Amino acid sequence: MIEGAKWRRWVYFYVPLSVFVLWLLFPFYWMLITSVRPDRELYRPWTAPNYAPFWTSHPTLEHVTSLLTETLFIRWMANTLFIACVSTLISLFCGVLAGYALSRLKFRFAGTLGTGIFITYLVPQTLLFIPLANIIRNFELGDTPWALILTYPTFLIPFCTWLLMGYFKAIPRELEECARIDGATRWKAMLYIIMPIAVPGILSAGIFAFTLSWNEYIYALVFLSSAEQKTVSVGVNSELVRGDVFFWGQLMAGALLGSVPVAFIYSFFVEYYVAGLTGSVKG
Amino acid sequence: MARVLIRNLNKKYDEVHAVKGVNLEIRDREFVVLVGPSGCGKTTTLRMVAGLESITSGDVLIGDTVVNDLPPMDRDIAMVFQNYALYPHMSVYDNMAFGLKMRKFARPEIERRVREAADILGIEDYLKRKPRQLSGGQRQRVALGRAIVRHPQVFLFDEPLSNLDAKLRVQMRVELKKLHDRLGTTAVYVTHDQVEAMTLGDRVVVMKDGLVQQVGEPLELYNRPANRFVAGFIGSPAMNFAKVSVAEENGAICAVNEGMRLTLPPLLGARLRAHVGQEVTLGIRPEDLSVVPGGESDGLSFPAVVEVIERLGSQILLDVKVGSGAMVVAVEPTMQTKVREQLRLALDAQRLHFFDGRSETAI
Repeated sequence: MIEGAKWRRWVYFYVPLSVFVLWLLFPFYWMLITSVRPDRELYRPWTAPNYAPFWTSHPTLEHVTSLLTETLFIRWMANTLFIACVSTLISLFCGVLAGYALSRLKFRFAGTLGTGIFITYLVPQTLLFIPLANIIRNFELGDTPWALILTYPTFLIPFCTWLLMGYFKAIPRELEECARIDGATRWKAMLYIIMPIAVPGILSAGIFAFTLSWNEYIYALVFLSSAEQKTVSVGVNSELVRGDVFFWGQLMAGALLGSVPVAFIYSFFVEYYVAGLTGSVKG
Repeated sequence: MARVLIRNLNKKYDEVHAVKGVNLEIRDREFVVLVGPSGCGKTTTLRMVAGLESITSGDVLIGDTVVNDLPPMDRDIAMVFQNYALYPHMSVYDNMAFGLKMRKFARPEIERRVREAADILGIEDYLKRKPRQLSGGQRQRVALGRAIVRHPQVFLFDEPLSNLDAKLRVQMRVELKKLHDRLGTTAVYVTHDQVEAMTLGDRVVVMKDGLVQQVGEPLELYNRPANRFVAGFIGSPAMNFAKVSVAEENGAICAVNEGMRLTLPPLLGARLRAHVGQEVTLGIRPEDLSVVPGGESDGLSFPAVVEVIERLGSQILLDVKVGSGAMVVAVEPTMQTKVREQLRLALDAQRLHFFDGRSETAI
């Protein structure tokens, strides 16, 4: 907290904080207000005398209902949820094992392997999708959820591995050694001692992985083509923008509903993932 | 209960030869302390006995079994770590029960053993707490409890008292000693603190640079150190050393340097006769020096100038200048002296030590 006179706290703390919060929340407000505005207000020219972009006196749910009934939005949500969950689980499973091995086991090329995994994470998706498209075609996975479930781990596994590697390193080695003297095998020591302690780390890796795959755009755009296979991020964009016509109301309603699951997960696990990021283990 | 036998044990890392041909027998029910400065290989030796570190060459036997290739869990040992290594997500009870659960003990037996250990250590009231809710001393007790519930053949202690404050350390030291008397389990204890080593050990092993320097009962190490390193490491305040040349005058052996000229009694002289004309190191403990009235010279006293006076309460330590060298003298707390005063110091000929100038072994 900033000490001193009242005005100092206002100038250095409350005012900048409020500006920052407004700046962050404005897009969400814009999404909300646009999705409940009737069409006749949305498409009113800005020179019109009664132009009021930040407020509406006739809120309506017509965009939301049309999004839910006239488009495949619910189907897209289900697709996205399924793809994000499965790819997150796969990545977490691999990430936990790889992170543990790289941080704890002494084997040849462990360091090199760690760096290698990190470098693959640096290759931009906008380059990687070209060879991946070839692979997807060869395995005839195009236009199925599996095209994404199997490609998302290419960036999720390195991400989870590195996050968890740091977390495992922070857990004192003696805990595991003690467990092994107490009668646990390496597997059991990992399962009963390391895993429970690493829960905050594993949860935050999971949350980030889930968010990354929920928001992913380019692979979903390239590997899926039929409307009923699409994810939210691609579906809303491709089905609600027809040529140069933007269905702003439905678009914003879709964006708003699409961010709800992620916001929900974050608020639910916020304590865990803060602990996971700051990485504090006390013995 | 079992003995531990270490035969020609070696540990090499890529560049470092950390443990060099250690031979040691720890007898059944014995409390043996490995002591030495950091990096002397004592912890590595302990970890090889525990099975946490692979053995480069040599054998470790627990009972009559060679355990070189047995995983830690099959060696029937318990270990207490410096940072306690309590499982942070488990209650005190579960911490202590973990080893028994892993070994598939029946629930009533686990309960009985944990209660028994908690009773011995006085931690019954904390069984439901998490480690983070305990003080340092309490955590240390839980770590001990976790070791004793298993009724292992051997206890291994890796500097278990180092994280405690000085007062608590003394208290836990006494309790450890009592605990060992009560349980009688063979114990190997690693520390860098020579006071801990002397007070706890039935026998003490002094190590340096991966080599065992001397093995013996505490007073044996104190009274008859095998070399200059042990002499300087054991005992507090540390032994005084002075370089002297050995000469023969009128049939008596003398030890001479710029600050002192000692005529040694015949028995002591005989030991040094082979070193006439050579330089050796004289060692004398601060408590074996005394201040005598000036003037008289019987060949076993020398002049000194007081430089610093350290009043410890139970005794006074005088840092004095002898020739160009320095010595520490422990005197009675009632002694009256002041800085820069000229004193005459006498040494107890029975308590003199001599070390070879080159090999540094005791003469």
